[in-house]
Amino acid sequence: MGTLQSSQGHSEYTDLAEKTGFSFEQIGVLHKRFKQLSHNEDILRRNHFSEIPDLACNPIRAQIIEAFFDRRNFSQGEAGRVDEIGFEEFLVVMSHFRPPSQRMTEEQRENVRREKLRFLFNMHDTDNDGTITLEEYRHVVEELLSRSGALGKETAKSIADAAMLEVASVSVGHMEPDEFYEGITFEHFLKLLDGFEIESKMSIRFLNMDTTTLCK
Amino acid sequence: MAGLGSARIRPAPSSLFFFLAFFILLVFLPSCSSQDVGPEHNETSGPDRSTSQGSDHPHHNKNRSTTHKKTFPVLDLNFDHVRKPFEISLWILLALLMKLGFHLIPRVSQVVPESCLLIFVGLLVGGVIKAMKETAPILDSKLFFLYLLPPIILDAGYFLPIRAFTENLGTILVFAVVGTLWNAFFIGGMMFAVCQLDVTPQFKQVDLLSCLLFGSIISAVDPVAVLAVFEEIHINELLYILVFGESLLNDAVTVVLYHLFEEFSHAGTVSVGDAFLGVVSFFVVSLGGILVGVVYGVLGAFTSRFTSHSRVIEPLFVFLYSYMAYLSAEVFHLSGIMSLIACGVVMRPYVEANISHKSYTTIKYFLKMWSSVSETLIFIFLGVSTVEGPHNWNWIFVVFTLVFCLVSRVLGVVGLTFIINKFRIVKLTKKDQFIVAYGGLRGAIAFSLGFLLPDNETKHMFLTAIITVIFFTVFVQGMTIRPLVELLAVKRKKETKRSINEEIHTQFLDHLLTGIEDICGHYGHHHWKDKLNRFNKTYVKKWLIAGERSNEPQLISFYNKLERKQAMMLVESGSAARLPSLVSTASLQNMQQTEPAQRRAIPSISKTREEEIRKILRANLQKTRQRLRSYSRHDLFDPFEDNLSEVRFRRQRVEMERRMSHYLTVPAKRQETPSVRKVWFEPEHKVFTYDDNSESTGGGATRQKPRPPDAVDLVDESSRGTNQSAAEGDESEKLKPSRCLSDPGPITEEEQGDEAFLS
Repeated sequence: MGTLQSSQGHSEYTDLAEKTGFSFEQIGVLHKRFKQLSHNEDILRRNHFSEIPDLACNPIRAQIIEAFFDRRNFSQGEAGRVDEIGFEEFLVVMSHFRPPSQRMTEEQRENVRREKLRFLFNMHDTDNDGTITLEEYRHVVEELLSRSGALGKETAKSIADAAMLEVASVSVGHMEPDEFYEGITFEHFLKLLDGFEIESKMSIRFLNMDTTTLCK
Repeated sequence: MAGLGSARIRPAPSSLFFFLAFFILLVFLPSCSSQDVGPEHNETSGPDRSTSQGSDHPHHNKNRSTTHKKTFPVLDLNFDHVRKPFEISLWILLALLMKLGFHLIPRVSQVVPESCLLIFVGLLVGGVIKAMKETAPILDSKLFFLYLLPPIILDAGYFLPIRAFTENLGTILVFAVVGTLWNAFFIGGMMFAVCQLDVTPQFKQVDLLSCLLFGSIISAVDPVAVLAVFEEIHINELLYILVFGESLLNDAVTVVLYHLFEEFSHAGTVSVGDAFLGVVSFFVVSLGGILVGVVYGVLGAFTSRFTSHSRVIEPLFVFLYSYMAYLSAEVFHLSGIMSLIACGVVMRPYVEANISHKSYTTIKYFLKMWSSVSETLIFIFLGVSTVEGPHNWNWIFVVFTLVFCLVSRVLGVVGLTFIINKFRIVKLTKKDQFIVAYGGLRGAIAFSLGFLLPDNETKHMFLTAIITVIFFTVFVQGMTIRPLVELLAVKRKKETKRSINEEIHTQFLDHLLTGIEDICGHYGHHHWKDKLNRFNKTYVKKWLIAGERSNEPQLISFYNKLERKQAMMLVESGSAARLPSLVSTASLQNMQQTEPAQRRAIPSISKTREEEIRKILRANLQKTRQRLRSYSRHDLFDPFEDNLSEVRFRRQRVEMERRMSHYLTVPAKRQETPSVRKVWFEPEHKVFTYDDNSESTGGGATRQKPRPPDAVDLVDESSRGTNQSAAEGDESEKLKPSRCLSDPGPITEEEQGDEAFLS
């Protein structure tokens, strides 16, 4: 895969490569895909995502699409939502799914972990107040179970409640009778998914991705 | 012995025990010599010996066909009648007594793996028998392949951690196929070169094909040996599944190579066409084996759908279908091991959704029991056969075989890892490679295959070499791998919490990654897995799972299992006595709440409250429990029998009552998140297996008794198993009591991996 788009200069790719850590080939492939999704425009909107047929049967489709338009994931430190994104933002969001390279120091690995877990946290924390409240967590579980139809909301509630209990026990431990648990903060979230090995689990092999012409 | 007080008492029972075992051995074994267990020998020598040796048998006239009338024999001796079952039982009993004995000597069992001890015992027994100039039973190939091996493989295959296995399937296949081929050709080729170089006459007879045959026999990593050693060292799941998966899947390669070279060495020459046929045959053997296994697995799953009225025979279906899969594959010279694994893997998710909890426990116990016995017998017989068998010790041959085995293993692993790491996300480090290479143990399969060779001089030489390699790997590598693992600080098996949060996030990640792959337009690993899951859900589950459970998503099954376990634990501790009053108070308070107006309102059902309570109690129980022992394949850890004692029960109960009264004094009027209050939780949520006995005896009684007349029906939700319908009419709660009536579904156990199939 050596052919790069002639419209984008090589220098711009260098910038992007530095920023996101992708290689030139990967950026090229992703750019092709971007153009395909956006019908050769320069920006992507939500309806473009809704056109992807495979995504239609995904229970958390809405949240995934939202994650692309969430400013917090653009690593610029801002918050809020946008309605359109360009290729750079697309790439930055995708870079959260890069597998960690083998030669990484422990600190770098920890940073990668935090970054990925931050992405997940942002997906759950929809109102951007820094905590995942019970209601938001319930919403997550409901969405996960949304495809199952019948069993629905009540079970989702119980599951979410049980999960919150567990988070509280893991992170806070003993609580006084007067306290109650506000919600899962990012630190608690980190602690909760401590043994989860997210850096390897939350990764996609971007290398062999030449199938853009095959699908859709 | 050391002079400690407690240690002084210790030697007595264990030495007494060993005296007992050896006494049985000495008295009975000589009388059971020369059996049908091994190749046929002179049988008439047997009975005579028994009468002469049996000092505790009254000496009576054995000859009953007398011409003259004699007095009616009140006591008579007729050993032939029960000879065969008697001997088999005796051997099994001996094996198990030995196994018991090892655990009475704690120090030894920590240093030396069990397999070594068992081989050693086998050597002793073989020595004893030989000293008495008897012929001992040898590890007959038919006995081994048809009776001793299947239980072990089925046990391993049924409880295979599917998620880890499929994630690493590519790596495992490369190691199994390419690695074994490399080993076979390298060893065979090098041994042929060695034979050519040397001048001893017997080497001249050894041609290339025989060497290749020898190479193919000895190159395969043995699942029995790997299991026996790796179970005790508890390395992390990745390494375990790599080595173990390789040992399972290389069976196809071994079968093909073995038959290929055997045929060729009869024919004498090899042509290109034959080689090509060999390759084709490999695919036929492996895929055919898997197909046979899948067919039987589906049959088994389908059968289990209808067993709701005859629960008692459910386990038998699992065992028989699996065994039939193995035998059917062996009929066609397909890979029986792969067939057995495929059958177990395919059958398991559906069968577990259909059968009762008791049947599930039965299956688990029986599989572990049989595989344990099999393994013990295999190792003992290996020892006996070693002493017994005709040997042809040839220093050069044996030493070179050993060296080349090690060298080829190391080269193979390093070379393959170099290639594989280009495709893996989680790369294999040097430490991982070392463990994989070092864990390539040979075992009884190699011996049995060698035994099947045609009888000639070279066979004995080969057998000796095979036995030496097996001994070396099992003893030296087996004993040193544990200190090496500690020395290299290899990651150990982490105790799986399997919390509900992890479950939620596992599911979430699966969908997320599938979504991202779809956005990228990349048909990757997750995409296909998702497609398979959806196919499974829409078509397969409807056919193979009975009733409503066919629609249940995995998260809900997981949650239900967790709940049920908690409820059972709760009941077990006898705290159910307090529960009804508690729940009724809580639920009454809850009833007064309105619909959740704001975000943090308490939900209308008090189920959450019960959950809380359950968690409180469970946490208290766990506080007093010892840490979970490291999991061993042959241990069925049961917290109830091991750890709980009467005193602890009482203490717990007192403490729980104190906490509950505290809890009740907190005003419930506040609108706050019900999911958390103020109680103290144990951070570790351990998942235990559940013991049947306690459920039937203790559970039933305590559950039924303490029910005040005004208790809300919701109490049943926590006590699980009574017949009342839920007060709240929502479907999920209705679902649970009805399921409890027919006592379905097993409890997840800590060592079982997540099922990627159900979703």
